[in-house]
Amino acid sequence: MQKFRTVLGAATFLLICAAIYMVFIYAPVPSNVTDMPEVQKILYFHVSAAWIGFLAFFVVFVCSIVYLKNRSRKWDMVAASSAEVGVVYTSIVLLTGPVWGKAAWNVWWTWDPRLTTTLVLWFIYVAYLIIRNSAEEDEKRARFAAVFGIIGFIDVPIVFMAIRWWRTIHPIIFESNSVGLTPKMLTTLFVSLGAFTLLYLYYMLLRLDISKAKLQLAELKERLRSHY
Amino acid sequence: MRHFWSSVCAIVWKDLKAEFRTKEMLSAMLIFAFLVIVIFSFAFDPGAQSIKQILPGIIWVGFFFSGILGLNRSFLSEQINDCISGLMLAPVDRAAIYFGKVFANLIQTTLVEAVALPVFIVLFDFSYAGSWLWLIVVILASTFGFVAVGTFLAALASNTRSSEVLLPIILFPVIVPVVIGAVELTKALFAGASISSVMIWLQVILVYDIVFTVVPFLLFDYLLEA
Amino acid sequence: MIAIIEAKQLTKRVGAKQILHGIDLSLESGRFLTIFGPNGAGKTTLIKILSLLTAPSSGSLVIAGQEVGDNAADLRKQIGVISHHSYLYGNLTARENLLFYGRMYEVPNLEQRIEEVLTEVGLEMFFNDPVRIFSRGMLQRLSIARAILHNPRILFLDEPYTGLDLQAIEILNSVLAGLKDQQRTVVMITHTFDVGLALSDEVLIINKGRVAFHGARSEVGSLAEFQDLYREKVGGKQ
Repeated sequence: MQKFRTVLGAATFLLICAAIYMVFIYAPVPSNVTDMPEVQKILYFHVSAAWIGFLAFFVVFVCSIVYLKNRSRKWDMVAASSAEVGVVYTSIVLLTGPVWGKAAWNVWWTWDPRLTTTLVLWFIYVAYLIIRNSAEEDEKRARFAAVFGIIGFIDVPIVFMAIRWWRTIHPIIFESNSVGLTPKMLTTLFVSLGAFTLLYLYYMLLRLDISKAKLQLAELKERLRSHY
Repeated sequence: MRHFWSSVCAIVWKDLKAEFRTKEMLSAMLIFAFLVIVIFSFAFDPGAQSIKQILPGIIWVGFFFSGILGLNRSFLSEQINDCISGLMLAPVDRAAIYFGKVFANLIQTTLVEAVALPVFIVLFDFSYAGSWLWLIVVILASTFGFVAVGTFLAALASNTRSSEVLLPIILFPVIVPVVIGAVELTKALFAGASISSVMIWLQVILVYDIVFTVVPFLLFDYLLEA
Repeated sequence: MIAIIEAKQLTKRVGAKQILHGIDLSLESGRFLTIFGPNGAGKTTLIKILSLLTAPSSGSLVIAGQEVGDNAADLRKQIGVISHHSYLYGNLTARENLLFYGRMYEVPNLEQRIEEVLTEVGLEMFFNDPVRIFSRGMLQRLSIARAILHNPRILFLDEPYTGLDLQAIEILNSVLAGLKDQQRTVVMITHTFDVGLALSDEVLIINKGRVAFHGARSEVGSLAEFQDLYREKVGGKQ
């Protein structure tokens, strides 16, 4: 396991280096944007982070269901880790969004459906982490978090559709970008996505190690307590 | 199955009976809803023409905020004398507790809304010309979605350390679709548009109502494990 | 006699904590079992499992001849619970509280049955008073009425004497003696040795989630002898 982690860490590092190289050197500057076209390069990490954010929350959803079925602690630990990493990734989306928006359209924030859904998603999973924080016993924490992990994820598509219809008056920005992606840009996007996926897995391993250590500590304390 | 629904009715009866004896919660919710109007009229000029645009939003903020007060109470009150254990010992599927609480909360919240809505309209000097029937349908459908998921999350929150603070934080992100739908529908009705032009929102809310009745029903047992 | 409660290897694990490590227990119908044990021994958890309030992590449980599984909801009709919490609603009257629980348990001839049980616990005078104004003793009596309202075959009592005054203790004692005469099965947790021994047919001592002793009342001898046995079984601590 230790060995696997080292290999994964090294692979993540190399792929991120490659992704940075491709974003800044390999991928061409878009030709259809006249004003500060370099700004568009933030797309590679913005979109990758968004995808991994959604993936992380999907993992929370699946692990929550499995946990409620078989009550094995490891699924709860995976769900908790994934939620934390997912919140980090959605935070990246929410931070890079305004940076891009300000430079490209001179607005910090646009209530565009995907950005707004990400914001609601972020709130839902922050709530998930707060629930984990405020339930006293381990078992209850795991159970409540799993229940909310399911409710929250089922809510996301409805939130997305609602926000989409709500904002139909506004232009849908994704299309204007995706149309303009050349093959080189697409390759760069996929490499970034791969790099972020590896980084997600690496974070998950680290976070799981912390959970395991905490669990071992709790068990040791429990054994110590039962001697008294 | 008959026993299931008679238990649901027994819980609704019990909750309403206890509430109407003191009317503590109902009066608190009502006063809070009124306060929201008053605060909003200070925040926005109540005489301005634009007020018609934001009135639906104000109304729903008032409804949801005062509704949260009631939801918070609904399971915390069961913890006095450990009544929740008494309910859990009853020979009935525990989902009956969920539905009993949903209907009791729905009745209380709707009552508050029924009193508050005319006051909102009067205070903002608004004359409603649209269909009352559709307005009632919209309010009931939206309130049901809010209460269905709110009751479920209130049960979750009441079992944690920070229950009263926790509920709004976990409930509001989840009810975003209801908030948008309810406001859009009310806005359209207030503007005199026909309901068919905004039918999509009623559909969103009905889908939400169904999803968030079925899913909590399936998951409620997991919340109430002793 | 067949056993009304038959538990095999019940365990309960909550998070990292193993509360019960395989409890075996068999109790015949009509017997009065008292459970003793130090704090944190798992007594309340055991009663929660036996009264079908919570499910065990593993092990099997047969109540009134039926294996407990998906039928738990139906089996709960056979069970009444009196804990140190009353499970009563302060804003409802004594009658309304019983009406509510009676409906949840589908009690036939409810109004008549309510009068019966309220008379049995000596609260017929307070029929229409809100429970909020009840004293601790009255609350506990109404709690007894609530627990026997549906004529359960098995009654569980979790430290029913906590916080009671002398008069209330006497009433509780007479109600418990009455239950015994009615041939109901009773399982009681208590810290009070003399009261616990006085009523019981069988004695169970639990320590650290395990059965430390289970025997007939006649086996344990006098109060002093039982205290010695208890100390021996739980390692000197109470």
